[in-house]
This record gives sequence, C-alpha cells and structure tokens, in this order.
Amino acid sequence: MSPALEVRGLGYRLPGKGKETGNGRFLVRDVSFTVGVGETLVLLGRSGSGKTTTLKLINRLLEPTSGEVQVAGERAADLPVTRLRRRIGYVIQDVGLFPHFTVERNVGLVPRLDGWPPARIDARVGELLTLVGLDPDTFAKRYPHELSGGQRQRVGVARALAADPPLLLLDEPFGALDPITRVELQREFAALEGRLGKAMVFVTHDVREGLLLGTRIGLMLEGRLAFLGTQDEFRRSEHPEVRKFMEAA
Amino acid sequence: MSLLSFYARNSQEVLGLVGQHLYLVAISTGTAIVIGVPLGILLTRRPAWRGPVLGVANVFQTVPSLALFGFLIPLPFIGGIGATTAIVALVLYALLPIIRNTYEGVAGVDPAVREAARGMGMTDRQLLTQVELPLGFGVILAGVRVATVVSVGTATIAAAIGAGGLGVYIFRGVAVVDDTLILAGALPAALMALGADALLGVAERRFAWRAR
Repeated sequence: MSPALEVRGLGYRLPGKGKETGNGRFLVRDVSFTVGVGETLVLLGRSGSGKTTTLKLINRLLEPTSGEVQVAGERAADLPVTRLRRRIGYVIQDVGLFPHFTVERNVGLVPRLDGWPPARIDARVGELLTLVGLDPDTFAKRYPHELSGGQRQRVGVARALAADPPLLLLDEPFGALDPITRVELQREFAALEGRLGKAMVFVTHDVREGLLLGTRIGLMLEGRLAFLGTQDEFRRSEHPEVRKFMEAA
Repeated sequence: MSLLSFYARNSQEVLGLVGQHLYLVAISTGTAIVIGVPLGILLTRRPAWRGPVLGVANVFQTVPSLALFGFLIPLPFIGGIGATTAIVALVLYALLPIIRNTYEGVAGVDPAVREAARGMGMTDRQLLTQVELPLGFGVILAGVRVATVVSVGTATIAAAIGAGGLGVYIFRGVAVVDDTLILAGALPAALMALGADALLGVAERRFAWRAR
C-alpha cells in the first residue's frame, strides 16, 4: 500500500531575477520523506528554514517548482486543487476561523463544501467538538470572538478533522498560545494523535514540542532536510544543527 | 413669508423636487454600485490595475462638480442640458469611494482567514462569496455611504444644468435674494444627506465584523 504522504525531491524556487522577486532563490530544495498512517513527522527548524513552505507545497498553496508530492498514492499535481485540499486537514498558527461564522459553521465548513446532508454535518460537528474538549451545547452557537485563544485553536483542529482527511498538516498550531494553554493543548494533542490514526506533518521550532508529538523528526536547514530520523536517532545525532536544537531544549 | 407657509402653499412642487432629487441620487448611486463593486473586486484579483483605475476615479472625484457638469454638456449622447448629464456626473463622482472601499474591504480580510479558506479547498468563487464579501461588507457599505452623501450634495448643484431637484429652490432663491426660498431647498437637502448618512451608518455597524 502506498504511504499516506510521499514527498520526493520537492523544491520551490522564487521566480524571477530581480531583487523584489527574490533573485530566483531556493526556499526549499530537494526535500524527500514519507509519512505513514498513524505517524507524525515533525518538521523542526529555525525561522526561514523552509518548514512552512514545505507544508504549503504539499497542499499546493504554493506550486512546487521541482519534485513531486503523492497523497495516498495519487499525484497531488494531477488532482484538482480544491479536491486535494479537502482531503488534507490544515491547521495554522493564526487559526483563521471565519469571524462571521459560528463555531458550528466553522467546523462544518469542508463537509458543507463537499455537500454532506445537514443532519450528518450536525452529528459530525458535535462529535468533533467533544473530541477536542469543547462541550457542543456550550460552544456550537458561539462566534470566534467569544472564544479564548486556546478554544479557538481547538476549533481550528476540529475544523481540520471535519471531513476525516487521511492527512493533516499543522503549522505551529500552538505557537501563538500562552505557555500554560500551550502545554495543555500539546498534552491533549499527544493523546489524540494515537486515537486519530492520521498521517501528520507538524511544523514547529520548539524542539520540546517536537519530541513530545513526533514519531519521527525532520530537521530543516536553509531549505534542505538536514536530518531525518526517529526520536532516538535525533537525540544521538552528531549533526551540528541537531546539537544546537538539543542544547536549546 | 415663513418657510412653513411656503411649503403649505407649494406642497406639490416641493414634493416633486424632493422626488427628483431622490431619483438623481438613487439612480446615480445605484449605477455606481453596479459598476464600482465588481471593479473593486477585479482590482483585488489584478493588483497591477489598481493604480490606474483608482487614479482615473480620483481625477473624476477631484474635478469640481460644476466644472465636471460643464465638461459633460458638450458631449454627444451623455451630455446636453438635463438629468442625464447630471446622472453621468454623479455616477463618476460616486465611483471612487465605492471602488476604493470594495477593494479595501475585500483585500483587507485577515490573511490567516484567507489562507485557511484556500487551504480547506474553497474555490476562488466560494472564497469571494462566502468569506471576502461578507467580511468586507461593512467597509463596502461605508463607501456607499460616502458616495450617497456626496451625491445628495452634488445633486443640488445639478439644478444649474437643468436637472431639477432641490437645488432649483436654492438657485432661484439666490437669484432673487429670497432667504425663505433658499432655505426651502437647502433644509430638505441637508436633512436628506443626514438621513442617508445615519441610515447607512447603522447598516454599516451591523456588518462591522472586523471590529470584533
């Protein structure tokens, strides 16, 4: 069976020669990895190392300039982009809940785009809110501005899971939260990971978070995947950038 | 002669002029919305056109209104003396605030919201109709409000080129130095502007998602 996600020789080069367009610089270069069902690959790296760009190349918010992405054996480039994205849950640091939608409508968004019957959407929304620790009776009818930062990101995770996508991309989802809420959500998410049985790519610059949540760790440096291995391999690695991250933990 | 007795004696004519004034404002603002909103949306998709389009709209808005009427009068089809010329001028006047606010309302949607919408697989059309337009609606309405208020004011000057409206009383009053006559036109025109401003202001606040 093909892995949930396979990335081969992925690259992204800024267009053009002028300074404004980035001089044709590579933001991501020759990145390859696979992620299986039930596995979480943590992409670790400093700011500007290409982690977020890599995620956006997977769901084609940016189009790769080289290499290939396969989701469950299908080439991402061959799928209509909206269909590809509806199969991939996406969680970002700033959450991006729709301020004019209730929690319920936010969570039910992708199912509604996919034309699920309303009763099934309602049931699914209730189930997901419970899963992320929000009581549906209390929260379903609220608007995002009535929620705390932690509650918003819980809704963000529920929304990404709504249509039961096999693959989840998370871009520093807990990065903007206060330290106490962050630890709380990290722990709950660690417990959730096992139950969900999804393939996940989780971007962070926080090595502790990476070690808590990742089944494998990929370290990005200047657009390349400088290290890829299990947690044990990561801890033992002599790679200078890995050492720097371990010392920072 | 007091204002009230003037109105009592000329109620038919007053109502006629108020009707003409409302007609000028409604037709011109409506046309400006039909042209300006799609144009504003287009600018968010073609950012390179933003400078030229807003520049042209800005020229129309900057030319003094009476001068703009003057420029239009010699033109065939849209020109001449009468309401058509006035409406064309009022539309040109109203375009800038509507185009600019539509652009800003749509382009000003939180980038995280837009990224989430696209990342979840919304088409460009769904992004526009379900996210960008509803969220930008308050800002677009603010543009419509400015355009409407400006139209009410500029429409009083339209009387100078034979378009009718409440300006008729003002110009007539100035010509014969009759304060009551001037007030008979100025007062309802002012109330109309204030009323439109208040009404659209309420609607605007109702849709101000961004402030929450």
